[in-house]
Amino acid sequence: MQENLSVAFQGVWNHKMRSFLTMLGIIIGIAAIITIVSTIRGTSEQIKASLVGAGTNAVTVVLNQNDYPYEMQYNPIPDEVSPISEETRKELLELDHVEEVSLFHSRNWCDGVYAGDNSFSGSLYGVDEHYLSIAGYKLNYGRNFLPGDFSAHRKVVLLDEAAATTLFSGAYPVGRCVEVMGTPYTVIGVISTASRVEPEINNLSDYYTYFSSNGGSIFIPDSTWPVLYRFDEPQSVLIRADKTDNMTQVGQQSARLLTASQISGSESTFSYRSQDLMEQAEQLQELSNSTNRQLLWIASISLLVGGIGVMNIMLVTVTERTSEIGLKKAIGARKKRILWQFLTEASVLTSLGGLLGVIVGIVMARLISSVMGTPTSISIPATLVALAFSTGIGILFGLLPAIKAANLNPIDALRRD
Amino acid sequence: MLLDMRDICKDYPLGKETVHILKNVDLQVAEGDYLAIMGRSGSGKTTLMNIIGCLDTPTSGTYLLDGEDLSTAGEDHLSDIRNRSIGFVFQNYYLLPKLSALDNVALPLLYAGVDRKERRERAAEALERIGLGDRKEHQPNQLSGGQCQRVAIARAMINHPRLLLADEPTGALDSASGEQIMDIFTQLNAEGTTVVLITHEQSVADCARSIRHILDGRLTDAKEVAP
Repeated sequence: MQENLSVAFQGVWNHKMRSFLTMLGIIIGIAAIITIVSTIRGTSEQIKASLVGAGTNAVTVVLNQNDYPYEMQYNPIPDEVSPISEETRKELLELDHVEEVSLFHSRNWCDGVYAGDNSFSGSLYGVDEHYLSIAGYKLNYGRNFLPGDFSAHRKVVLLDEAAATTLFSGAYPVGRCVEVMGTPYTVIGVISTASRVEPEINNLSDYYTYFSSNGGSIFIPDSTWPVLYRFDEPQSVLIRADKTDNMTQVGQQSARLLTASQISGSESTFSYRSQDLMEQAEQLQELSNSTNRQLLWIASISLLVGGIGVMNIMLVTVTERTSEIGLKKAIGARKKRILWQFLTEASVLTSLGGLLGVIVGIVMARLISSVMGTPTSISIPATLVALAFSTGIGILFGLLPAIKAANLNPIDALRRD
Repeated sequence: MLLDMRDICKDYPLGKETVHILKNVDLQVAEGDYLAIMGRSGSGKTTLMNIIGCLDTPTSGTYLLDGEDLSTAGEDHLSDIRNRSIGFVFQNYYLLPKLSALDNVALPLLYAGVDRKERRERAAEALERIGLGDRKEHQPNQLSGGQCQRVAIARAMINHPRLLLADEPTGALDSASGEQIMDIFTQLNAEGTTVVLITHEQSVADCARSIRHILDGRLTDAKEVAP
């Protein structure tokens, strides 16, 4: 085996130009595959990290009617839906993979928020003491909500950066007054999401719809919500899952539990649904993956062509080395040994091609990512599979020439000189 | 008898005709013999050598080498016989051009399953014995014709074969190198190796102890060479 390998490397080295040209098909094919796979992985990891998990693994469960989110803003409180109690919140906490649960009210496009002459049209949230940490907000300046704010129904408000800019045009907002639905609230602080989503992905519109509108968000203690709006409005739920991969499961379990406990009457058109970003991300990925799969097919055609090139050159090699094969058989080399020698040579050729292809592929992936600004992630398993595959191509396409060599009759082989 | 061929025939199809290359050849070679087979080109001597050397199988007849019937042996078995029991020397050496003299000599040991260290040791020893100890790492194109043929002889003898089979061993050499080669054969024979030589040169054949002529596929009777 070791002999075969060194002979094979020698053979490749003796015909550098020829070997390189033969490998080229394999190099291009493997490089294309590595580039595509790296780009797919990079994109999907980015989607997972920044769109789905947003670093917080937060799942929102909202009330739906006939498969569409039920907008409290324009609709009456449905009779068969009751507000979520603290007991139900505890039950949600008991579910697998659930780390924290928050109940909140919201208006996605609220009007009626003013600071002096400036008006605000973003989202308004009535939140409990768990919400901000689950949603991944951190305090920029001022102070956070205190337990007393909730229990004493204090009219205090937190702004995110966009809301602060809109309402106060750069002035220091803390301590100033904001009018919410005709009720004055005192600004106690400005917050921002700890993990910012980089708007590199094309389909972020979904994300903005669910987590923040472009106009910004403001937050008030949920205990003051009935003062502004109505008593007994059903809440939405924000849940933190322990892992990004468990978000779908957590969302579905919670939605089932809430539907069962909050909605009376089996014929109801209402149900709780999780806004499954994971599913959306998968659809998004599916779309780009199917395009990429076609690219992979094209790349494998290049591999096929490369393999045929290898077979061709191996046939030439066998013809060129007929007398060598004849001599080796004459002095006692068995058929199998000759077969292995040429199989080894073919697979060394394609493996080297595969190795070069992996290197070129990684360089290409890096290059594309720096030029196009898309992320890449090199997959070790994919690289190993590509290498194994190129070796396999060598064995597959080297088989015919190797069999031809092994079957050479030593007399004929020696005579031809 | 080391080599016992009886009634060997070899036919080749040529279009619709069949050409009888060897016709009822009987040949016995005793252990320690030194035999020359002479014949013109086309007389069938190369085919005979191929059959003796287990490179080819006869169409009919029996071939016993050291008492073992090889006329029906399988391909792998014949490979092993060629490796262990027969040493080949060819007219144009057939050294592998990319290998050093040492590696060329060691090649049969590789097929005999000897490990690398021992292969190199034994090959080096064999090269010393034929006076090429200082040419071990030379490639064939850096050696003269006579030196190449000596390397080839070292390769043929490396597995201590019972039979040394030489096909026109001096055909490509000048007379001085040729004589040197023939001296080596004589010496090997004196040490006990059976030598079968195939040639068309009388002067080469005269080195052997007996000569057989082949003509149109038939062997003539044995004739002792006067010492």
